[in-house]
Amino acid sequence: MPKITFIEHNGTPHTVEIAVGKSVMQAAIDNNVPGIDADCGGECACATCHVYVDAAWLDRTGLPAPGSQEASMLSFAAVTQPDSRLSCQIEVTAALDGLVVRMPEGQH
Amino acid sequence: MTERVVIAGAGHAGGAAAALLRQLGWKDEIVLVGDEPIPPYQRPPLSKAWLKGEATAESLALRPAAFYPDAHIDMRLSTTVTGIDRTGKTVSLGSGETIHYDFLIIALGARARRLPLPGMDLANVLELRTAADADKLKAALGPNKRLAVVGGGYIGLEAAASARALGAEATIIEREPRVLARVACQILSDFFQDFHRAQGVTIELNAGVQALEGAHGSVTGVRLSDGRVIPCDAALIGVGAVANEELARDAGLTCDGGIVVDLAARTSDPAIFAIGDCTRRPLPLYDRMMRLESVPNALEQAKQAASAICGKPAPAPEVPWFWSDQYDLRLQIAGIPFDATQIVVRGDIASGKFALFHLTADGTVQAVEAVNASTEFMGGRRIVQRRKKLTAAQISDMNVTMQTLAAG
Repeated sequence: MPKITFIEHNGTPHTVEIAVGKSVMQAAIDNNVPGIDADCGGECACATCHVYVDAAWLDRTGLPAPGSQEASMLSFAAVTQPDSRLSCQIEVTAALDGLVVRMPEGQH
Repeated sequence: MTERVVIAGAGHAGGAAAALLRQLGWKDEIVLVGDEPIPPYQRPPLSKAWLKGEATAESLALRPAAFYPDAHIDMRLSTTVTGIDRTGKTVSLGSGETIHYDFLIIALGARARRLPLPGMDLANVLELRTAADADKLKAALGPNKRLAVVGGGYIGLEAAASARALGAEATIIEREPRVLARVACQILSDFFQDFHRAQGVTIELNAGVQALEGAHGSVTGVRLSDGRVIPCDAALIGVGAVANEELARDAGLTCDGGIVVDLAARTSDPAIFAIGDCTRRPLPLYDRMMRLESVPNALEQAKQAASAICGKPAPAPEVPWFWSDQYDLRLQIAGIPFDATQIVVRGDIASGKFALFHLTADGTVQAVEAVNASTEFMGGRRIVQRRKKLTAAQISDMNVTMQTLAAG
């Protein structure tokens, strides 16, 4: 199974495994990774599963750009950056094995 | 010496509290006690995806089953906390066991309000709080089946929408002159009534219920106060919920239509917290106390309690929010329209994509109700959080983006 590393805002890393087809958010929830609130349960309706995905990763994996709904939600998330994504909208594929995402200071 | 947190109630709030305690560094014991036979799961899909067969037990679960043993959470299912001894700091369980707590979190939720009507004990007179309830309702729905829904609140409307999706007929019976009377404004009630009727749902307004009628022990109809009978194969009673506060009240904790807590989710006993639907909590944004029935509220209070127990700073207060999915409509509400005197529409109601901004006399935005308008919802949440004042002209001008409205 692909491995994903979440890095908390304080620098603490958590590397977890997740089945292909699930979301990056689910990987955090299933493994109780701190810093992903996911209030709405993965419906792209609350922007509390916000992560930063390194640009190098975006290029390497050919990860699709945020959809209009995600982009719109992100425009109101706390402390956004150009590499901000909602982790519920990133589907895990074999190509994402080793993905590293960083967490913002807070989700609210 | 190891300490122990006991969580009474393994619903969304209790399950989240157990997980958050571990996230925030609680290393000692956690005992999670729930009366249902399954680990914590999400309730919102019960009236929607679960009913329509679009969700699995796995997707409904809050966490995978392996999470609890892996996180050393001692889960006791199919049992309840029956009493609290605050002096001895113990709780007694339905199983007869007595266990010590250093901190107790009460997360017992709410139960469906029952109507004192003849026929309530007939088969297929149903309520919808638990997965077991949802399974009974699901079994009663299908093509050519008729569902009567008593109560035009969110659960009733969502169940009616799901019933239609399954090919069943649905009639909503509401005592008030409009659906969602307690929880939404007239404009929204009208919109949802029109939408449901267009989907083939019958809505009876100003309709009292006299009795449930049955044959051979099973419900066959709902008799209204005017004497008419709405024939049905199942009747769903969705007329609100009552806080499960008895355990707390019997232990002498302050209750007032919900267990009274502060912003750390602490009750009148410093070792006892209460979270979720069973609480009456402060809303600092509005400077008042209220009982909220929502997942975001359960999660926020779980975070408050876990933070306090782990000695972490209290999380910043959040804007209360709610959502409801019906057909292809997503309603999202940010804030609560206390003292609002004006409603401003942004967007076109007829298009099915719009938002209603509720303003007080001085223009402060108290709440935003958004239908298929997530941007308005998200921006609205920020505007409400910041106590921003806006004019009707600013809000209704679609040339001004929500990002601009919410800025500053």
